[in-house]
Amino acid sequence: MSAHPVLQVRDLRVHIRTPRGVVRAVDDVSLDVGHAQAVGVVGESGSGKSVMARAVMGLLPPRSGSSGQVLFRGRDLLSLSRKEKTEVWGKRIAMVFQDPGRSLNPVVRIERQVTEGMRRLLGLNRAEARDRALRLLREVGVPDPERRLRSYPHELSGGMRQRVMIAIALACEPELLIADEPTTALDVTVQRQILDLLRRVQRERGMSLILISHDLAVVAGRTDRVAVMYAGRLAESGSTREVFDAPRHRYTQALLETTPTLDHERHTPLRLIPGSLPDPTSPPRGCRFAARCAYAEAACDDLGPRPAAVGPDHHVACANPAHAPAAAEPPTPRTTRAVGGDSLGG
Amino acid sequence: MLSEAIPLAGSGTAHLRGEDVLLGVQDLVVEYPGRAGTVQAVSKVSFDVLPGETLGIVGESGCGKSTTGRAVLRLERLTAGRITFAGEPLEQAGERRMRTLRRDMQMIFQDPLGSLNPRRPVKDIVVEGLALAGAPADERAAVSADVLAQVGLSGDRFPGMLPRQLSGGQAQRVAIARALALHPRLLICDEPVSALDVSVQAQILNLIEDLKAQHDLTVVFIAHDLGVVRAVSDNVLVMYLGKVCEFADAEQLYDTPAHPYTRALLDSVPLTDPDRGFAGPALEGDVPSPLSPPRGCRFRTRCPLARERCAAEEPQIREVRPGRYAACHFPLPEAP
Repeated sequence: MSAHPVLQVRDLRVHIRTPRGVVRAVDDVSLDVGHAQAVGVVGESGSGKSVMARAVMGLLPPRSGSSGQVLFRGRDLLSLSRKEKTEVWGKRIAMVFQDPGRSLNPVVRIERQVTEGMRRLLGLNRAEARDRALRLLREVGVPDPERRLRSYPHELSGGMRQRVMIAIALACEPELLIADEPTTALDVTVQRQILDLLRRVQRERGMSLILISHDLAVVAGRTDRVAVMYAGRLAESGSTREVFDAPRHRYTQALLETTPTLDHERHTPLRLIPGSLPDPTSPPRGCRFAARCAYAEAACDDLGPRPAAVGPDHHVACANPAHAPAAAEPPTPRTTRAVGGDSLGG
Repeated sequence: MLSEAIPLAGSGTAHLRGEDVLLGVQDLVVEYPGRAGTVQAVSKVSFDVLPGETLGIVGESGCGKSTTGRAVLRLERLTAGRITFAGEPLEQAGERRMRTLRRDMQMIFQDPLGSLNPRRPVKDIVVEGLALAGAPADERAAVSADVLAQVGLSGDRFPGMLPRQLSGGQAQRVAIARALALHPRLLICDEPVSALDVSVQAQILNLIEDLKAQHDLTVVFIAHDLGVVRAVSDNVLVMYLGKVCEFADAEQLYDTPAHPYTRALLDSVPLTDPDRGFAGPALEGDVPSPLSPPRGCRFRTRCPLARERCAAEEPQIREVRPGRYAACHFPLPEAP
């Protein structure tokens, strides 16, 4: 864990009331995001990764309750007044969503959408805001920005719209950017461009970044630390290199192995994770992955397991974790795994 | 109609393999007329599929891969081209004949829930095709139980469920069962796993592979995910903006791509390697508008290797290396 975290999520629980019962969407999750650090959050549907991000941004649905703390620069966002919150959200923490088409207002020109936040939150006048919008669009690689300011969202491609969304998020120079599946709706060559862009602006601006994805490969090469979530719990967290080189949680391992790779031998069965997610309204007491885990023991059904340190920056919540590769052995050749951008409904 | 004499990028038939194909597509053109002009979504595409083979079709949005799959079943109006199924030409088949033929050519779609009737129980959905063909009720019940068992939905729980009670993976299993109920020879899968979680995706891919072997199916597998296509395909067709870029054996195509676009696609796939991130450099720019595709090679505006000839002359598909077919004037060498 880094010395001066920008964001500290402490024992966060988010429960959402539904007709079928109370969904424990995020259950006792703690996570740190350091200054100028990029942190990946990975998990399948129902892992709670997006709900956690929404809790940080104060975007929880009605009929939900939360406990724990979300400390941003030491202040608990969950207990701020409405007025104090507007000082933080949009200005010091910004967010980019999955679907740039639906996040932009279709009947408002790009100029007003990019300048809206900075005029209101930073008090810039129209000319200043326009100058800054042009600089931002150039920074995020929008060609011909003068013309683009006059465009409507439908006149831009999906990739260009996501660049505009990133420009809007950067407009007030946030200290933390949360990108929730920012490339899932995009084609693989455009996904590549947007991922490169996010990493570049994060580094150039010394900004902190939370990159949320269902795709392990998306976060692998672009983050400093990574957290793997499963069914509302944190399974494994640590430096990206350690988690990918030596995954210790059985779920992380299984997820890596079930992903089709560019070097998968054809017509050989993919490794399966049997079963399905536990019922989110009544998850098992012990490890939530135990019912699907090939290495489950009696201890896995007991309370816990709690995240325990297995390395200097590597925590695993697993009663029977995978063995770390022995230091004496020569490093095994790393298999490269890859999946393309999974376009939902596209 | 396009004149046969004009050579077009990504067209050509050098990669076709003769007589014994189950599905043959030659110079397929699908156009959508619109107010802003005509979009040629599929532009002189040719390919063939041998019995028992899986052909993967990959490409990004707008490359025409889904339109091609739908056109084979004549779910799109063909502007030009020839399609044969087991030797029978489809482009002139009447609607009645097509209805019969479609029993042999089944399709599964990306959005499994959207492709299932929301008001009917699973046990009826899977034998809808048989009901249309007039099969008696007891036969339908037997087939229904059989195909549901084959896709792993046996037991008392599933037959009475409505689609909205199913998870995405279960819904896709129902769609596969519905296709199987008609004993098809050809299965066209249009992005069958792209709406599913990774762990569910693996289950469905393994299921398709198992059923293919059990039922001697021939499969056309359309997807944008290169890892997924690699896992299931014998041969792969790469498309860009309505054209064929490359056709080859899947392993050879992934190991030593001949077309610069294939190379760029592979280089853009994120790797689970914290040091490298990607295998190669990024591709510049966006896919151009299909309303006014670039002259010459359609990929040239983004191609790192484009030269004058690429704008002047449209490349034809040709054998650039033994067994390797690409529509490119300057194909990549075999050794990187």
